[in-house]
Parts: sequence; structure tokens; C-alpha cells
Amino acid sequence: MTEIKLTLAKALNTALRDAMELDDKVVVFGEDVGKLGGVFRITDGLQKDFGEHRIWDSPLAESGIVGTAIGLAMRGYRPVVEIQFDGFVFPAFDMIISQLAKLTFRSQGAWKMPVVIRIPFGGGIGAVEHHSESPESFFCHIAGLKVVACSNPSDAYHMLRQAIACDDPVVFFEPKRRYYDKAVVDVSATGEDYFTSKTLTQGQTCTIASYGPSMPVALAAAEAAAAEGRSLEVIDLRSLSPLDLGPVVESVKRTGRLVVVSEAPRESSISSDIAARVTEEAFYSLAAPVLRVAGFDTPYPPAKLEEEYLPSLDRILEAVDRTLSY
Amino acid sequence: MNSDSQSTEPVMTGSEDSAGKVADGDALSPGHPQTAGAAAARSAAGTTGSNRPAPEIMRGLRATASAPDQISILSPEGELTAHPDYPLDVTPELVRGLYRDMVLVRRFDREGNALQRQGQLGLWVPLLGQEAAQIGSGRAMRPRDMAFPSYREHGVAWTRGVDPVDILGMFRGIDHGSWNPAEKRFGQYTIVIGNQAPIAVGYAMGQRLDGAIGDDENAEASIVYFGDGATSEGDIHEGMVFGAAFSAPVVFFCQNNQWAISAPLETQTRVPLYRRANAYGFPGLRVDGNDVLAVLAVTKWALDECRTGNGPVMIEAFTYRMDAHTTSDDPTRYRLADETESWRLLDPIERVKAYLARNGLADAAFFDQVQVEADELAARFRAHCVELEPPTSERMFSRVYTDPSAQLAAQQAEHEEYQAGFADTEAVSR
Repeated sequence: MTEIKLTLAKALNTALRDAMELDDKVVVFGEDVGKLGGVFRITDGLQKDFGEHRIWDSPLAESGIVGTAIGLAMRGYRPVVEIQFDGFVFPAFDMIISQLAKLTFRSQGAWKMPVVIRIPFGGGIGAVEHHSESPESFFCHIAGLKVVACSNPSDAYHMLRQAIACDDPVVFFEPKRRYYDKAVVDVSATGEDYFTSKTLTQGQTCTIASYGPSMPVALAAAEAAAAEGRSLEVIDLRSLSPLDLGPVVESVKRTGRLVVVSEAPRESSISSDIAARVTEEAFYSLAAPVLRVAGFDTPYPPAKLEEEYLPSLDRILEAVDRTLSY
Repeated sequence: MNSDSQSTEPVMTGSEDSAGKVADGDALSPGHPQTAGAAAARSAAGTTGSNRPAPEIMRGLRATASAPDQISILSPEGELTAHPDYPLDVTPELVRGLYRDMVLVRRFDREGNALQRQGQLGLWVPLLGQEAAQIGSGRAMRPRDMAFPSYREHGVAWTRGVDPVDILGMFRGIDHGSWNPAEKRFGQYTIVIGNQAPIAVGYAMGQRLDGAIGDDENAEASIVYFGDGATSEGDIHEGMVFGAAFSAPVVFFCQNNQWAISAPLETQTRVPLYRRANAYGFPGLRVDGNDVLAVLAVTKWALDECRTGNGPVMIEAFTYRMDAHTTSDDPTRYRLADETESWRLLDPIERVKAYLARNGLADAAFFDQVQVEADELAARFRAHCVELEPPTSERMFSRVYTDPSAQLAAQQAEHEEYQAGFADTEAVSR
């Protein structure tokens, strides 16, 4: 075991470094990822150590970034590209949906698309418009993409390594307000599949399923609930598409209650999908409807309102209360 | 914007400067879109910067006006004039081969139209009129070069060794193109306009990163095909920006066939398209797209430039879409028969035939033989088409991911179980 204490940002940086050392086909590019090291410094120091032929600054054009990543993948490279902020991915949306996601299917495997698109996502940093969004549901709707979100430094490291090793395109969401959370990370290879749901706390009262930046909020809610004598079973979904729903269904069969927590707008979302599927797969175990604590169906608000918009500890506990009222 | 607006244009006989000022003035007159359009039409026809106004260029016919800087080798009458900057070793064998290519490609293209009319294909995308642009550029490639087509490039596919029958599946609803793009070094058809440009540039960046450019015979380049309409897409711009930023060994090959479905060239541009390359900092050339020898010579030059590290290069092949956009289109609604007729005189195949016949480089037996071969190809194309079986539902779930997903496997199993429920009913009904 090689255990080191890392911030989530440094864990991602370490994952990139380790992947680049292991395989010289791994290349990294995006806006300002070179000398600057990215606006969040995720690629800090990599250009200095690996050179401009391994990590380069791209022109300021997201479709071009993803498009050239596709071409490089056809040529045998494993590109890891950075989209600077969640709200800036849309110029690349066409390229991701029309090409990246479909090329393996279109060519029936003649092309593999080992492309990772890293996107810092979610709110809570007091940013201006377009810097706090949660666009993951759009990508989950597209066949051919894998969509994952990490929530802590250890998963950040291992999930990024797994994403880079994956022969399918992975949209990799990074919880930007958790970049500086610190934890011990075992960077030795574990052979574990990290694109799975992981149960973080055991409980009997209610299941909480969440991912990304909301995980620490969900865990804090579980702690607060424990003080009131309620035990919440908190599950980190980690893989948003395909969803690993087994652990959620298994948990709901024991607790009978489920609250899904997500920063993304509530309707037509991952939380909607989980509610639908749990209803299908655990209908007779449910003691209450599946409830969702999510962003509102509004554009992301001005930053002074984001604390109201984002799922909070109190909103989660209030939803748990409601499931218990049935 | 109509042809009348052109005739009311003042005749400009002044200097280059004054012509330019008038054009600028037009552009800045928001209340006079017709005038601005007229200026655009002149520009698109290649006369901007010249002190010759072009009042004779009418909308709908403007495209027939030859641009002064258009590269040509074989005239529409079949007269050969070597070009000093783009040398080509014009052997009888070469010209006969190009002739054969174009005749065969045109023949199966016509068969595609017929198959659609007979209900055997859902759609066909005809290339009629663009044979020289496609065969000339396709034959300029070396085996290791990589081509990224749009969706009309059946002729380029032919030069890459793609069996024409492998194009049928996508238009019959069987597959999305059944050639192996990695092996043929010919990408799959790209239907979303312009997407292929950044992808091609990425591939070319990979060629450069691999050290595959240089003087040796294994050096490589890429070529990406798109039309005049595509030049308005952001992806063409982004492709050119990235291509320039990374000196990618990529030829941007624009087949300007004058029409983006119903939108004429002047809807897309006020300047000749090849001049846009200047803005990105690489060479842009306009070639007579109906002159297979000129297209071959210019594309060879461009690919060589890219291979040796001087990429990118843009080529505008000035040609004409003689048929509809697709079999679903009706060009009589938006363009004049006169225009099509005038382009018929510039046919890419007839001029080669005239050259071969007049110079005694091919006899009647040769032309007959090519025709027989073309008919055989068309027959094989047709037979293959009608025999194509619809795919099974397994195809729907196949290779969505390289690494199969349990979620999708469950969905597939559910669907198969549902389908199996009909097995007995079908047996009874039969």
C-alpha cells in the first residue's frame, strides 16, 4: 500500500501523472492546462515534466478540443481533455453526442474511443453565471458515453485512472467545491471497479443516494440524523451512466425509503431516473414514495442565492422526515 | 435578392480602391440587403479586388464564371496545358485510369438513384458532376494517408478501395456504413455537417506526434472533405484554427458544388472560399473541380506539403452538383435549368474522353470495355442491394460500448424475452 494525504485536486493531478508515466499514448489538453496548470491547477506541473508533446494548451474552442481528441483516439492516443467549467461544455455538445458517443457503435468496434472529458461541475463557490452548473443528466441520456462523478480524493484518483484505462468515452465530473478536501489516498493499484455504487454508511431508517459535491452534505445529514436516533444508509453512486442501481435497490429493500440528492435541476434528471427505476425494481419494499432533494428547475441563480438552491443538510433531513410521514 | 438587383448595379470602372469602397458601402447599408447581396455575389465569383466589375454575372449563373486564379490543366474541350506550379506526369495510362474511375463511379452513383426510386434504398446522395473532384483528390493520396469524408464521397471511397456495395447498407437502413474505416483509411460518412474537420485535424496531429511526417516514403497526411455549405459551420472554423495552431498535416478539401441544398454559395460567403485560408495563415487554392488532372496535381502538391511538415493547405474544388442534394430533394424549386445546362458543358468525364480520343490514347474498344465494366459493377451493386437482409435486433445493442454494460444487457434480455413472446404467433400465422 502506498498511502498519501492528498487534496482531491492533487489526487486528480497524481492520477494524470501516474497514467502519463505508465502509457505514453496518454495525452492531456484543454484551455490553459499547460504553463498555468489549468484554472484549478489540476494539471499543475505536468507540462514541465512531460513536455508539450504530451500536454498542450488548445485554442479556445471546445468542439475543436473534443473533435481533435476523437481524431487522436483514432490514431491510437488516449486523450484526457479538460473543459474549463461545466457551463462551457455546450459548444462541444454536438461533437460529444454526434461523434464521440456514436463512433464505436457506428463502426461496430473498428474505432475505440478512449477519451476522457474532465469537467469541474456544481456550485457553491460563489461564481458568476455558467460556472456552477450540473449538466450531467444531458450526458447520461446519451448511449455510448460513460458518465461518472467523484466525491472524495481517493475515488478521484482511482476513478480517473479507471476512466483513462477505459476504451469507451468517459465524461468525468469533478466536484469543484471539493477540490481542496483532503484525505488519505492509497495510490497502489487495487483492481477494484470504481464505476460502481458504494455504500458509505449503514442504516435502517432511510437510504440516501447521491454523488459528487453533495456527498459530504449527505454524510453530514446522516451524522445529524444519528444524533436524533435515525440511521441513514448513504450511497455514493459514482457511476451515473450506466447506473449501478443494485446496491440502491438492495438497500431500499431493507429501509423501505429513499431520498435522492443531487445539485442538478430536479426534473428529467438522474434523480428522476433513480426514482423511476427503484419504483420498478423495489415497488413492494417501498414504504414511501422516492423523494428528491435537488436543484430547482430554474437557471442556476446568482451566487448570493446558491445556498438556497443547493441541497442542504436541512433539506435532506426534511425529506427524510417526509418519507417517515407515510 | 434576385437577378434584377444585379442589373441595377452601377458599372464600376474605377480603381481597385474605389471598387472596394463601393463593396464596403454596400455591406454597411442595413436598409439595402439586395445591394449587399449583389456585392457578395461578385465576391463569391472571384472578382473582388479586381477592377473589373462583373455586371454580366447573374444570380444562378454566376458560378459558371471562371475565376481568374482557378488552376486548370485540362480544359472543358479536352485541351491539355501543363501548369508550371503543379507539375503532373500525364501518361496515357494515368488518364485512362482516371477516366475508368470516373465512369465506374458515375455508373454506380446513377444506380443508387435508381435503387432509391424503386424503393430499394431509403435515400441516395448523388455525386453526379463531382467525379473529377473526388477521383482526382482520392488518387492523389498514398496508401497510408487518411481521408475523412462527408457523405457524398462515393468517388473518394472508390479510390480508397472501399467496395461500393459497402456504401449501400447505410442507405438501406442496414448499418451505418460497413467498411472498416481504420483499415481502408477512409472514415465513415459524417452526416452532421462539419464534424469531420476537427476530427481529421486531431488525426493529423497524431500523425505529427508519431513522427509520421517528413521526406521518407512512409510519411503521411490527412485530407478532410466538406462542401461549400459546411464552410459556415463552426467546426470548419475550429478545424482550421486547430490545424494551423498545430501545423497539422491536413488538407482541407472543399468541394464547392455551389449549392447547400437550396442555398446558393452567396448565402454562405462574400469571398471566394479558398481565400478564407489566408485568414488562418495557410495556403488556399482554387482548382477547376471538374478537371481531374488539375485536382490530382493540386491535391498531390497539397498532400506533399502536409507530409513534409508544411500543412495545412486548403483546396477549393470549384464544381457543381448536377443532381439533387439527395433523392429527397427537388432542385427545380430553387435553381434554373439554364444553370445546370451550362455546367453540363463542363462535364468532368467528357473532357477526358475528348482528350483521350483526340490524341489517339484510347480507342473505341477501350471506351466500350469501360462501359461494360461499369454496367457489371452496377449489376453487382444492384444485386447486393436487393439481397441485403435486415439486421437482427442484436445489432441494436451491439458495440454501444466496447466494455458491455450490465444495464444495457438487462435491457436487451428484456427485449429479447418480449420478442420471443411472438414466436408462437408467427409460426401460426405462417
